[in-house]
Amino acid sequence: MKIKITLNQSIKEFDVQPDEFLLDTLRNHHVTSVKKGCDQSTCGVCTVLLDGKPVLSCSLLSVRADGHEVVTVDGIQDEIEKISDSFGHEGADQCGYCNTGLALTIYAMKRELKSPSDLDIKKYVVGNLCRCSGYEAQLKAIKRYLGEKL
Amino acid sequence: MKVVKHVIPSVDGKGIMMGRPAYTDDLAQPNSLIVKVLRSPYAFARIKKIDVTKAKALTGVELVLTHHDVPKKSFTRAGQGYPEPSPHDKFVLDEYVRYVGDEVAAVAAISDKIARKALSLIEVEYEVLTPVLDFEKAYENPSIIHPEEGIHEMFPIGFLPKKNVAASYEMHVGDVEKTLKSCDVVIEQSFYTQAQAHSMMEPHTVNAHLDFQNRLMIYSSTQTPFHVRRIISQTLDHPISKIRVIKPRVGGGFGGKQALHGEMLVSMVVLRTKKPAKMIYTRKEVFESSYTRHPMRIDIKLGAMKDGTLKAIDCFVLSDTGAYGEHALTVFMVTGSKVLPLYNKVDAVRFNGQVVYTNHVSAGAFRGYGAIQGNYALESAVDMLCTKLKMDPIKFRQKNMILEGETSPIFAIMGEGTEGTAMNMETCKLDFCVKRGMELISWKNTYPRKQLENHKVKGVGMALAMQGSGIPYIDMGAATIKLNDGGFYNLTVGATDIGQGSDTVLAQIAAEELMTTVDKIIVYSSDTDLTPFDTGAYASSTTFVSGNAVLKAAVNMKEMLMQEASKILESDLEDVSFDGYTFEANEKKITLPDLSNRITYNHDQKQLTATNSYVGHKSPPPFMAGFIEVDVDQETGEFDIVHYVSVVDCGTPINLKGAQGQVEGGIVQGLGMATFEDVKYGKKGNLISNSFLTYKIPTALDIHKLTTEFAESYEESGPFGAKSVGEIGIDTPPAALSNAIFNAVGVRITKLPITPEKIWRGMQELKEKK
Repeated sequence: MKIKITLNQSIKEFDVQPDEFLLDTLRNHHVTSVKKGCDQSTCGVCTVLLDGKPVLSCSLLSVRADGHEVVTVDGIQDEIEKISDSFGHEGADQCGYCNTGLALTIYAMKRELKSPSDLDIKKYVVGNLCRCSGYEAQLKAIKRYLGEKL
Repeated sequence: MKVVKHVIPSVDGKGIMMGRPAYTDDLAQPNSLIVKVLRSPYAFARIKKIDVTKAKALTGVELVLTHHDVPKKSFTRAGQGYPEPSPHDKFVLDEYVRYVGDEVAAVAAISDKIARKALSLIEVEYEVLTPVLDFEKAYENPSIIHPEEGIHEMFPIGFLPKKNVAASYEMHVGDVEKTLKSCDVVIEQSFYTQAQAHSMMEPHTVNAHLDFQNRLMIYSSTQTPFHVRRIISQTLDHPISKIRVIKPRVGGGFGGKQALHGEMLVSMVVLRTKKPAKMIYTRKEVFESSYTRHPMRIDIKLGAMKDGTLKAIDCFVLSDTGAYGEHALTVFMVTGSKVLPLYNKVDAVRFNGQVVYTNHVSAGAFRGYGAIQGNYALESAVDMLCTKLKMDPIKFRQKNMILEGETSPIFAIMGEGTEGTAMNMETCKLDFCVKRGMELISWKNTYPRKQLENHKVKGVGMALAMQGSGIPYIDMGAATIKLNDGGFYNLTVGATDIGQGSDTVLAQIAAEELMTTVDKIIVYSSDTDLTPFDTGAYASSTTFVSGNAVLKAAVNMKEMLMQEASKILESDLEDVSFDGYTFEANEKKITLPDLSNRITYNHDQKQLTATNSYVGHKSPPPFMAGFIEVDVDQETGEFDIVHYVSVVDCGTPINLKGAQGQVEGGIVQGLGMATFEDVKYGKKGNLISNSFLTYKIPTALDIHKLTTEFAESYEESGPFGAKSVGEIGIDTPPAALSNAIFNAVGVRITKLPITPEKIWRGMQELKEKK
């Protein structure tokens, strides 16, 4: 079946199966910035923004995205570059597999929360698992991106 | 130093976060066949009959493989140096299946859906056998897990498959029994450590195709590309010259990707069908069908005199390697060799035991590699001994621990699967690490406990740890540096960046020696055609071993540059000076870009390339002291880890934030093992913890505060004074937490993980005793 998604600001048509998930639709069309980690909506690496809200594309049926706006890091490169600069400064990136999904969550959080506390930040990103960093450097990098002087 | 020991952003972090294709599956050929594996529902069974007729007949299925279709050649997936210290006890597919999730058959089809459908059409008749699910009952069990012919050890490792023994070992220094008898105080305790799942975020992924030279091109999320090439060639009898293994960006490994998972089957599919093929483990497969940490029982005896002199350590270890003996002997030996030398002044030490087969998921390499298990036992036992001695555990450690300039006889006796290498500790800042850690955790104010409000009590605990820096005389790393026109360099290394940041660290080492900046060093790693050899990313080897190779190559490149400059400037070599950009002699100058352009295009043209390699003659251990502050609820046993302090001696930390990230990542993985990570099986050997819902790993909310500092330390044998730092962080959390819980509420947990329930039960027992 055919669906239309506004993907990274341009309207794209996809021919999808009824039981197909958005993650597979995107990756099969070479949007490889969206990663597959657990295929069970438990790890966060497949995060995309659906109408501005972070969602897990591995468990979102592609047909549910029909008529909606989907954003990946490919669509907001300037802002993602700023996040990556903060991560680079804090040494918060290790294997990077969780980083595209996490960056989208951070981007959404900046727009949703005003002056979040450490706990607010942790609660917002808790679904983006990371096995490398131990989270401490990530938290510092997020605060740096949010404009806190460290 | 201008580049080393600075905060330098990783060379690849930005491109990766901005979404550039980087990982194995990002680079798969379109229209790759999807390879799926039918996995055993039984913990132990023999395949009586397998009928693939219906699966083969399904439209879209290109190939079905069973044990009838594969070479009858045993191998080990372990991914270690050759010959391996792991038994060759695995076939690509076998008549026997030895754990729930073991490979029964493989299907290659044009889509994921068809591949899954085909799996459901394979008819298998099993003879279900009695599994061995308790590793303490594995030895000489009537159920023999490897009864088959054709399996063997590569050299003596104590391999006794008919007794379910994958490996065994024994060593001693002095007379342990006699020394223990002469001690004023002796303690004896058994400790149990559980299996832990690596849980790297990128599942095991591989794809392959035949290139235009008809060579097998394998892209793999591996820690050991050169071992993959060798093992595929040997097992499939395919010429090694016709195989190229490329390691793209890897999304975490932690030892789980040291071994081969999927490469063998995908290669077979490509060679048979001539079509590109790929395989991505589902998360369930990552849990069920890759690796875990070796669970162990460690029986330990310590003996000391009244004045707090430790006299003897006696250690028996029983290790569960699961269905296959990968890393069986070596993980087991590290349990002793990278733990026991911490207390080097004892009169007698004994280390012995067995590694047994069971019908569990195969155990393999995992960050810490036996040391975290041994550390939990020894560092808990030391605190128990101090309680009996009524001695401060820090004073005891300061009296007995290894110090700079000292050695331990264990270094010469125990290596990894072989004899070890004698060495002195040229750098060991444990004394500083302990003192500084005490300050940072406010030890004196808190030890052993501080009563808080609301039935809560604060406790502190600590542990020491050591690891290694590669395996001496075995691990070899090599590097090539090429000068380009325009005056920048390519650095190609076999060393395998799996997310730990080795590409960045190695570029920093080259940049420091060549007196330039990291952006002038373009790194490319781990491609068996294009980069020189490296054993791979394991055994805390990359910074020390591969880093030394890079340094040697950079020294060579600098010599070449100076010679070219002396010719151009018509001066004696010793008159030429170089600051990384300008060569100067006798008031004449030439810049590096001009020099490189001149020798590329204009005069006396040539390509400057320097290759060098390094193999360690010793393995200088990084050391650390880990301190934990924990608030325990005296009514429920629940606890919060308020603060973890790490003070680390890794020599020079090449990349300050990178090294900190390695330590903190290790600490949190270690805290996961200490507190809730637990690989659990059902009664029939089925894995219960096979998703992130049933196997929790630490999240951002679980971590309160981490403080990490580095001791000033300069290891002469390392590149710019560095030792390695990849594993040391994981070792201390279980023992430090165990000690802190004891200090807080008087309960000694001897079986990981340390859960509120176990603490609560312990507190109830204490109450009953009172």
